Amino acid sequence: MVVKVISGDHAVAWAARLARVEVIPAFPITPQTLIVEQLAEFVNNGELDADFIPVESEHSVMSVAVGASAGGVRTFTATASQGLALMHEMLYAAPQIRLPVVMANANRSLGAAAGIWLEHNDSMPERESGWLQCYVEDNQEALDMTLQAFRIAEDHRVMLPVMICLDGFVLTHTVERVELPDQAMVDAFLPKFVPVNVLDPDDPVVMNPICPPEYATEMRYQLDRAIDSAKVVIKEVEIDFAKRFGRSHGGMLDLYRMDGAEYALVAVGTAATTSRLVVDKLRAEGKKVGLIRLRFMRPFPKEELLEAVSGLRALGVFDRSVAFNSYGPVFTEVRNALYGSKLPITDHIAGLGGRDLTPETLGMAYRTIEDSMEHAPERDVFWHDLRGDM
Amino acid sequence: MEEMHGLKDIKRNEFFVNGHGACPGCGVAIAIKNVMRILGPDATVYVPASCAVVFSAQYPSSSFRTPYFFTAFENTGAVTTGIKAAYRRRGKKSLVVGIAGDGGTFDIGLQALSSALDRNEDIIYVCVDNEAFMNTGIQRSSATPFGAWTTTSPVGSKVQGKRTFKKDLMKIVEAHDPPYAATLSIAHFNDFVRKVDKAKQMSGFRFLHILTPCVPGWKYESAMSVELARLAVETGMWTLFEYEESESRTTYKPKQMLPVSDYLRLQGRFRHMSDDDIRTLQRWLCQKWYQNYGHDIEEPVCAIFKPEEMKMHHDKDDLHVF
Repeated sequence: MVVKVISGDHAVAWAARLARVEVIPAFPITPQTLIVEQLAEFVNNGELDADFIPVESEHSVMSVAVGASAGGVRTFTATASQGLALMHEMLYAAPQIRLPVVMANANRSLGAAAGIWLEHNDSMPERESGWLQCYVEDNQEALDMTLQAFRIAEDHRVMLPVMICLDGFVLTHTVERVELPDQAMVDAFLPKFVPVNVLDPDDPVVMNPICPPEYATEMRYQLDRAIDSAKVVIKEVEIDFAKRFGRSHGGMLDLYRMDGAEYALVAVGTAATTSRLVVDKLRAEGKKVGLIRLRFMRPFPKEELLEAVSGLRALGVFDRSVAFNSYGPVFTEVRNALYGSKLPITDHIAGLGGRDLTPETLGMAYRTIEDSMEHAPERDVFWHDLRGDM
Repeated sequence: MEEMHGLKDIKRNEFFVNGHGACPGCGVAIAIKNVMRILGPDATVYVPASCAVVFSAQYPSSSFRTPYFFTAFENTGAVTTGIKAAYRRRGKKSLVVGIAGDGGTFDIGLQALSSALDRNEDIIYVCVDNEAFMNTGIQRSSATPFGAWTTTSPVGSKVQGKRTFKKDLMKIVEAHDPPYAATLSIAHFNDFVRKVDKAKQMSGFRFLHILTPCVPGWKYESAMSVELARLAVETGMWTLFEYEESESRTTYKPKQMLPVSDYLRLQGRFRHMSDDDIRTLQRWLCQKWYQNYGHDIEEPVCAIFKPEEMKMHHDKDDLHVF
């Protein structure tokens, strides 16, 4: 094992190298660029034996990835924001054809009022595409989950693509202490990819022909069930990874100081790190408060969430993006999962377009949640830190 | 492997079998059937959104007996790249072939095509050109000829048919200097066989551009597909050549140029064309004729045409007013 001080992007690139990926289609976009630059260096220095294919757009990135995965080799790429949106069409190909592509997404705001900074409005809409989605909190988890993603994706009970989402700049360009596991240990953890259906001139198959109405519903149903049953594999892989490498990141939900908690916040990504500070401070003041870090948006951990909130009197959800004229997507998912519960649930939107998310802001969120235990909240969604006269 | 010179060298071993859903007389089906006869069992085929993707394979049946894949419309250059990369890694010897329409090549697929050309991917790209988006019901593409009716270049009281000329895709392909690029016709069969076989024997990016008449899109009698492909060459609407080692070479020269009206009058898509529009198209063809064949054949039909007076760009032309 080697310890390095590296960025989240470099941690992801190291994971791809250790996973011995074979095909890497690539197109640069901030804040993902360090990943593809590092991989290109690994390949050109002979440290990684892979085909690095620089194409002309993210649409072609995912097209090459789908072609290579259908051709039966381990395939990796990375993107962000506008790039993810450009490959939207092709994102829908990989899950339904059951191609276990692994991709990192450096979360960044999407669309006009443009910026290159952190927001979750790029990857959240894609949770409906059929990809598994994992959101990480630090650079070590970025590396560990990229490795685990291949095991999960390529498991024959799953055979689905996995997206590892890491917060732009907060992780991608911030260096942290990261343990790089030994290659031999990774090889033992992650055997060579064995495809189920594969293009092969020696054994011709037709893959993804037009699907008439007689079959489409069943295809969708099978995909929907496959995503749900991936939970079992995710848990197995986490246990095996912990046994081999001594690290565990919390399974479907990472619970923090939830023992005896009366109210809590659900958060994804690095917002959880800031929330931990707030929870510690509030606990020191005698408040019975905790944090639920949601690690997977797909499969969505409904049962785990129900269990985690069972003793609570109020719940808040932090969202780093908004589905316009609705709520934050995490809130929508959480409240759906808890439908029928009497728990007051409020949505807390902040930190959009890269604005700093401070302990003070999350402190406000926690105060609102605390109040909702006694008084019905005036509304169910709160935008924090709004400036000016809104 | 022995070179193929013509029709008699083709093995009657079908890899695109009967039972597909193409229209009777479909030029695309004729092209694919014969391309597959020549490429043989080692081919892996990618077909993007097109007529071919609909008539070739619908779950759970397929007319392709080789590996076959489909995902989307604009990515033939990219998906074939991925498949070839995987085969390279796995040590699989296979021709990876993309078969795309003109819409999927000239228009929505041009970016991925250029990128694959730029990387000189080891693939065969076949463009079956029926001069419109036929699968969606005859909408104009940049391959549609001047004057032609389509559902998005309709014959109105103010504007009649497509107002711009067919895009010269081969010039774009040649600009990337690929190992091999060629134009093919389903009416010039020995030439067709030789070119497909040549592409098969080579490596790197190979581009085969085939004119494929379309019965419902061009509006003609289904028995006339091959005859129309022949007339296209005789009138200059299509030119047979190949590009190799950075040079173009004509592979078939018509003895004389037939007037374009001989070609137009057989097709409903041109029926409305005014004499002025036919003359405009004829002048454009005469210019191309000189460019393609030079002066070493008989005078083109528009002998009044003087090369130095004509410009390829029509800055002051009425055509570009709207």
